[in-house]
Amino acid sequence: MIPFPLEQIVNFHRLAPEIILCVFGIVIMVADPFVQAAHKRSLGWLAFIGTLGGLAGVYLMSRDPGNAYNDLIRADAFSIFVHVIVIGAAALAILGSFNYLDEENIQRGEYYALVLFATAGMGILVGANELVTAFIGLEMSSISTYILAGFRRRAIKSNEASLKYFVLGSFATAFFLYGIAMVYGATGTTRIDLISAALQKMVAEHGQVAALAILGLALMFVGLGFKVVVAPFQVYAPDVYEGAPTPVTALLASGPKAATFAVMLRIFYVSFGSAGNFWFWAVWGSAILTMIVGNFAALVQTNVKRMLAYSSIAHAGYILVAFAAGTDIGIAAVLFYLAAYALMKIGAFLVIAHLGQQGEKRLEITDYAGLGSRQPVLAVCFSLFLLSLLGLPATGGFLGKLFAFQAALDSKIVWLVVIAAINSVIGAYYYLRVIVAMYFWEPSKEYGPSKVAPTLAFALAIAAIGTLYLGILPARVLDLAKVAADSIYLR
Amino acid sequence: MPSHLLTVITFLPLLGVPALLLLRADDHVWIRRIALAVSLAEFAISLFLLRGFDAVNAGYQFEEYYDWISRANIHYHLGVDGISLFLVLLTTFLTPLAILCSWQAIHENVKGFFIALLVIETAMIGVFVSLDLLLFFFFWELTLIPMYFLIGIWGHGRRIYAAVKFILYTMFGSILMLVAILWLYNLAGTFDLQDIQAKLQTGMVLLPARTELLLFGAFFLAFAIKVPLFPLHTWLPDAHTEAPTAGSVILAGVMLKLGTYGMLRFCLPLFPDAAHRMAPFIGILAIIGIVYGAMVATVQTDLKRLVAYTSVSHLGFVVLGIFAFSTISVQGAIFQMLSHGISTGALFLGVGMLYDRRHTFEIKEYGGLINPMPVLMSFFLFIALSSLALPPLNGFIGEFLILIGTFQNHHVWAAWAASGAVLSAIYLLWAYQRVGFGEVTVEQNRNLPDASGRERLILATMAVAIIFMGVASPLFTRRMQSSTNNLLNQMERVHNVSRPAMHNPAETQTAVVARPQKNSSATAISLRRVQP
Repeated sequence: MIPFPLEQIVNFHRLAPEIILCVFGIVIMVADPFVQAAHKRSLGWLAFIGTLGGLAGVYLMSRDPGNAYNDLIRADAFSIFVHVIVIGAAALAILGSFNYLDEENIQRGEYYALVLFATAGMGILVGANELVTAFIGLEMSSISTYILAGFRRRAIKSNEASLKYFVLGSFATAFFLYGIAMVYGATGTTRIDLISAALQKMVAEHGQVAALAILGLALMFVGLGFKVVVAPFQVYAPDVYEGAPTPVTALLASGPKAATFAVMLRIFYVSFGSAGNFWFWAVWGSAILTMIVGNFAALVQTNVKRMLAYSSIAHAGYILVAFAAGTDIGIAAVLFYLAAYALMKIGAFLVIAHLGQQGEKRLEITDYAGLGSRQPVLAVCFSLFLLSLLGLPATGGFLGKLFAFQAALDSKIVWLVVIAAINSVIGAYYYLRVIVAMYFWEPSKEYGPSKVAPTLAFALAIAAIGTLYLGILPARVLDLAKVAADSIYLR
Repeated sequence: MPSHLLTVITFLPLLGVPALLLLRADDHVWIRRIALAVSLAEFAISLFLLRGFDAVNAGYQFEEYYDWISRANIHYHLGVDGISLFLVLLTTFLTPLAILCSWQAIHENVKGFFIALLVIETAMIGVFVSLDLLLFFFFWELTLIPMYFLIGIWGHGRRIYAAVKFILYTMFGSILMLVAILWLYNLAGTFDLQDIQAKLQTGMVLLPARTELLLFGAFFLAFAIKVPLFPLHTWLPDAHTEAPTAGSVILAGVMLKLGTYGMLRFCLPLFPDAAHRMAPFIGILAIIGIVYGAMVATVQTDLKRLVAYTSVSHLGFVVLGIFAFSTISVQGAIFQMLSHGISTGALFLGVGMLYDRRHTFEIKEYGGLINPMPVLMSFFLFIALSSLALPPLNGFIGEFLILIGTFQNHHVWAAWAASGAVLSAIYLLWAYQRVGFGEVTVEQNRNLPDASGRERLILATMAVAIIFMGVASPLFTRRMQSSTNNLLNQMERVHNVSRPAMHNPAETQTAVVARPQKNSSATAISLRRVQP
């Protein structure tokens, strides 16, 4: 009897989250025309259930980890960890979207479907064990987010964001594709795990890595660096983040960043781990540039949404600090940071989405004056997210930074850590400025207290509790991150 | 038997926070009462530390040790020794007074104010009792946020500028300390202070001289900003002037000591070589701080700013005492920390009472106040005298021990520092003369009410503490002694082991001075002398 590699083909469960997310997305698209305008919100609930289903899919995946689809997909602890971040981020963004879309009068089914498709794309990106698969995942998430960025179609800023994101994003993915082609040319494979072996063979035979492979790696760094928003590929980000509907910004700042960092870890650490000395200085320089550009630009912003956009650039820099470590500890630090970062950033952007009010007109820092006395609970929540972004103890942001710095110091990258540390103090200034406005300034006459919808309150509560949990009792998540870091290499 | 006394003391104030949150925001009376009750209970419980404390034992007592983040080797490790014991008590002693002095001064957002005071108490005690570097850093940073709000919300005039300056200055120092902590962690594989210390002393972890200097620098910078040491002091006058009275009391009374405490707890035992190498420079900075702070204080026209600059001067003494490396001077430094906390805290309370009446800190707005307010101004004089180190009050003991101890090792330092004692008499007495004596110059002041019952209670408590610390100083120094001896012995041992080539006469002399036998007798002599 011919041994039929059944397990090579019938392993849907290793792609379960993506399948479930896509099915829900399609159902929403199909059902959309039949749902009255007044009941569109129920589609949102369907999407939320879809994300819960996605998380259940992650559970299925975790029951039987391994490779799927002829090794195109890899369901390991690493993939599971980032899946949870990405799908969790989507769930929180959906919860935060309900009232926002009502207020903007753009409550439509395809919004939720696109969020699910984007999330599925990110999931594929995270699980990809092969570069073209990664490319498909990247495109799937990118195209969905291009549309989402322009979803407030009557607002000029939103249109600008969408167009800018689309044009520049297409460039970036083209770079990525180019890079894949070059690496394929140099090594004869696009499989992440096999590239590593090919490179080692190359070194053994010729004593060095082919220039073509390094060029490919550099091009991939450009493409992926664009998606995670690191300098010098960050120029688009503030405009896109500012123009996109705020819940979409929340998703953009967390989900794609986590997924793309995940695939970067796979490519840089696994495929090109042996060529670490080629990419180390690129990451090192990019990290410094990213932190400085992000923090200094954020210092002079008066628009809180735009300021947080720059802050997310700065945070990509801190993540690169851990990335530069090049060790298992570095991977775990990146993963922990991504988890903490997703929670606090989504929380912060959802608060902004809520306060923005119709037409996103309330975004200036002066509009936040007196929030502390007008809406104490919301202000405490926002302060918590800001202090976590700042990196104050008892928050996830602090331990994220701590582990990042520790990983880098462990690899003797001292000056990078010192620069990152000084940067985080510079960052303190603009986060604190918002807190100053909320608590120390006289309440603004223009805006009265606004009512927080239960769904949003729930999302904020999860983000806040998660931020504190990661800051005070991080042991469990840290353990998972270490396991995930171990699983990335082939055993 | 495991004792949880320290955990209780550290987190009891935090328990008051939910209690306050449950009250209605406009129920000011009960908010104040509950805050006061919690802080008084806290003080009462902290007195149990004194009963159980073993003065002979040089190590940590009441230790608690649990895993916190086991994967990263971070522990929940608490303990007190002779150095931190009284600082904890100082914190629990001053907090009820800070609450009491805000009884009527704070009208807006009363709930938030008292919550901030309670949180800050937990954070400060946490700093003093943490024996794990990361736990220490946790509490260290936690002190910043409530103080930031205290200054920013309930402060005066340029409060926002002062609050931001305060927090950014301190953060800049502490973030580099965090890098140094992580560096130590990567070398030693643990955040536990005792483990790291043991590994450094036994040579299991070797620090090259340059690394040690950098790490010392990172720690020292954080502490020096907090103290504040001379060129880094510029945040202090602003923070003090703009803070509400309770904030100033806490800031001067306890928070500045976090810096000097950190030097004693971390800089000296972890990096003895670097400490010895940098001591000459630090000593000079401390002396500049003493003289400069005193001179600037003399010319202030703002009463609160004047008191703020006295802190620069007085804490210069503390730093000098620490870096003179003799048992007596280090004991003096610890004693001076406590007595400065009491005296300067009391000065700020007095200034705050004047402000409550006239809403100004300008000295020229006052004058001849002794006529309308004999009780308040008499207490004020008494406090000023304690601050300028009049024997047999508390300020004298600390400064005197520091000067003797410093003189043993560095004659010139002691001579310069002694001038600070003279200058302190000038600025305090001159300021008092302008405020208290003479004719009443401003008509408004003629009918100011004298101290109320609540104010008398606060001032009398402070006066009792001042006298008690002055006459019963052996009760304090006795408990500090073995820990300070232990600290200096450890330093010398490491110092001599790691640098055998450097055995010049001056070094040996230092080593001799640090021997416990000789010093205990010297301390006894000095104490006998100062007793009335």
